[in-house]
Amino acid sequence: MSAKMSPEKKSPVVLSATNVNKYFTDPVRFQVLKEITFEVQRGEFLSIVGKSGCGKSTLLYILSTMDTDYEGTIEMNGQRLTGLSQDTLAAFRNEHLGFVFQFHFLLPEFSVLQNVMLPALKLGKYPRKEVEHRAYEKLKLVDMQEHALKASAKLSGGQQQRVAIARALINDPTIVMGDEPTGNLDKKNSQMVFDIFKEIARENGQTIITVTHDPDFAAGGDRIIEMSDGAIISHGHENSVQ
Amino acid sequence: MDLKIAYTIAQTHLLSKKKQTLVAMLGVTFGIAMFIVMISFMQGVNQFLEDSALDASPHVRIYKQLTSDRPSLIETLRPDGFNVIHHQKPKQELAKIKNGLVIARHIEAQPQVLGVSPQVSTQVFFNVGSVPIPGTLAGVDVLREEKLYRLSQRMKSGNIEDLRANANGVILGRLLARKLNLKVGDKVNVTSSTGGTALLRVVGVFSFGIQTVDDARGYVNMPKVQELIQKDANYITDLHIKMKDPLQAIDFGKQLARQYDYKVEDWAAANQAILAGEQIRGVMTFVVSFTLLVVAGFGIYNIMNMNVINKMKDIAILKATGFNGRDVVAVFLIQSMIIGLLGAILGVTIGFSLSYLLSVTPFDSGDFLAIDTFPVKFDVGYYLLGVAFGVITTVLAGYFPSKKAAKIDPVAVLRG
Ligand SMILES: Nc1ncnc2c1ncn2[C@@H]1O[C@H](COP(=O)(O)OP(=O)(O)O)[C@@H](O)[C@H]1O
Ligand SMILES: [Mg+2]
Repeated sequence: MSAKMSPEKKSPVVLSATNVNKYFTDPVRFQVLKEITFEVQRGEFLSIVGKSGCGKSTLLYILSTMDTDYEGTIEMNGQRLTGLSQDTLAAFRNEHLGFVFQFHFLLPEFSVLQNVMLPALKLGKYPRKEVEHRAYEKLKLVDMQEHALKASAKLSGGQQQRVAIARALINDPTIVMGDEPTGNLDKKNSQMVFDIFKEIARENGQTIITVTHDPDFAAGGDRIIEMSDGAIISHGHENSVQ
Repeated sequence: MDLKIAYTIAQTHLLSKKKQTLVAMLGVTFGIAMFIVMISFMQGVNQFLEDSALDASPHVRIYKQLTSDRPSLIETLRPDGFNVIHHQKPKQELAKIKNGLVIARHIEAQPQVLGVSPQVSTQVFFNVGSVPIPGTLAGVDVLREEKLYRLSQRMKSGNIEDLRANANGVILGRLLARKLNLKVGDKVNVTSSTGGTALLRVVGVFSFGIQTVDDARGYVNMPKVQELIQKDANYITDLHIKMKDPLQAIDFGKQLARQYDYKVEDWAAANQAILAGEQIRGVMTFVVSFTLLVVAGFGIYNIMNMNVINKMKDIAILKATGFNGRDVVAVFLIQSMIIGLLGAILGVTIGFSLSYLLSVTPFDSGDFLAIDTFPVKFDVGYYLLGVAFGVITTVLAGYFPSKKAAKIDPVAVLRG
């Protein structure tokens, strides 16, 4: 289908997976992902849905560059990532990718502000003061600026998830990925996460890829990819992004 | 830049578990403190013994060795004959060093020599009432002996000048004087092994702080001994030599042995017991310190390992957000280095305090050694070594857990 799309009319492709296969050998060898091929465009809000155990998380961790044990190729931002060294991939993640996990993983000993600042300090693009300023900006975006100096372990689940989003956004990543980011949240907090994703996709042209079980959440995005038993069974309608 | 973040993270981790950090630190502290105390004390003992031995004995001594270890007359004449010789006796010969005074002058002219003191030494009996007490009389030139052994500083009573002034004077070792119940001004009768007798006046009492010397030796003027054993004024039995640098003694001794046909003995050979003791103490210090540090190292290794296991989730998050393996290694290695450095600094402080306390603790060695507190050597080198040991041990102990941390697969952790 990509042959039919001309780059002048469509937003540029920001991620493409080609013939991705993955096997688990433990306890017995079986194929979790089967010939996964798809593209995602800049500024697209993409949801991946499917039954539990169909391989969504596995796919997302491959896209996140953390899992390098697969067949096929992954390209992001025009760069082929398959086969690169762990260090190079870490640097790529740091600059271009942001993650939100289902269980809002924050560093418990650090303050909210420090949690948000760390990836930016690692990137080293801005001086410390500037990083702090930007971290406050991101916290404002998720309405957590008042809690900046609190220990992150003291926050509620919803609050932690919002901080995790601020952290994912701190380096203005090209792509934000989420593995059931609202899986543990109530309706109100889920709505808030959705609104933030929607806003950054529209305003900044950042790409969102989330695995979700929430039909409303998926329906609100630009496109839904449906998986079953390790394969993509529906690529969704592609002309929702203009 | 990266190290700065790693340091911040390491610091936060350490501070969030103060008790664990403290326990790990105290392991190092204890090891280093013990190391400092051990090495300072052992080296103090070594130095003290070496100093007193070096002080009281010549660096090189030349004397004539009277032995029966010589080829027999028959063997010299008929080397191929079937000769059976039993129990050969020493030849009747004098313990004299021929031209001793000339040799002394010659050696003294060498630039590396501090001084030479020719001596006539003989075994005598001091007669106290009817009891003969054995001892050694050393006939010396007091001024030369002073130059070699700083005799005047070792006087407990009396004055070395009085020996020069009094031809019949004698300066006795402290323990010998006590045994003979003699004080300055008293007279004592001596008998030589050849039967000569002399009446000597005690003009002083000295102490080298070494039992074997203080218990047996008496200094008299050289002519008095020569007279006592009925020998002429050229009769010299010993040449005592002090070098400017004691370490040169061994080479210089070898050179003299080649030059003169006499027995030449350097201080190392004369004090082998002390040097052997030094070696034993050195090995002991090393073994004990090493053991303590290894134990401290294992303590840190365990704590860091647990730390890494407890922090798996944090490590996964750091990696997910773009920190690489080296950053993770740095985070944990810096933690062990901080533990090691603080532990070592505290260790040398405590080590110094304990060493100091030891050095002022009274210690009664009886008459064996002239010492009133424990000998402790203070050397900056030991403290630097302690800190270096501490840091190296903790870096080694922290390295493997850090490597393990760097290998953690974030996916496995984040999936739960
Ligand atoms: N580390 C693993 N080893 C073996 N099998 C695994 C592993 N992780 C996941 N699986 C299996 O792979 C399949 C896909 O898992 P996952 O990607 O987590 O599914 P989803 O996120 O869609 O619920 C499941 O059957 C799961 O049991
Ligand atoms: Mg999943």
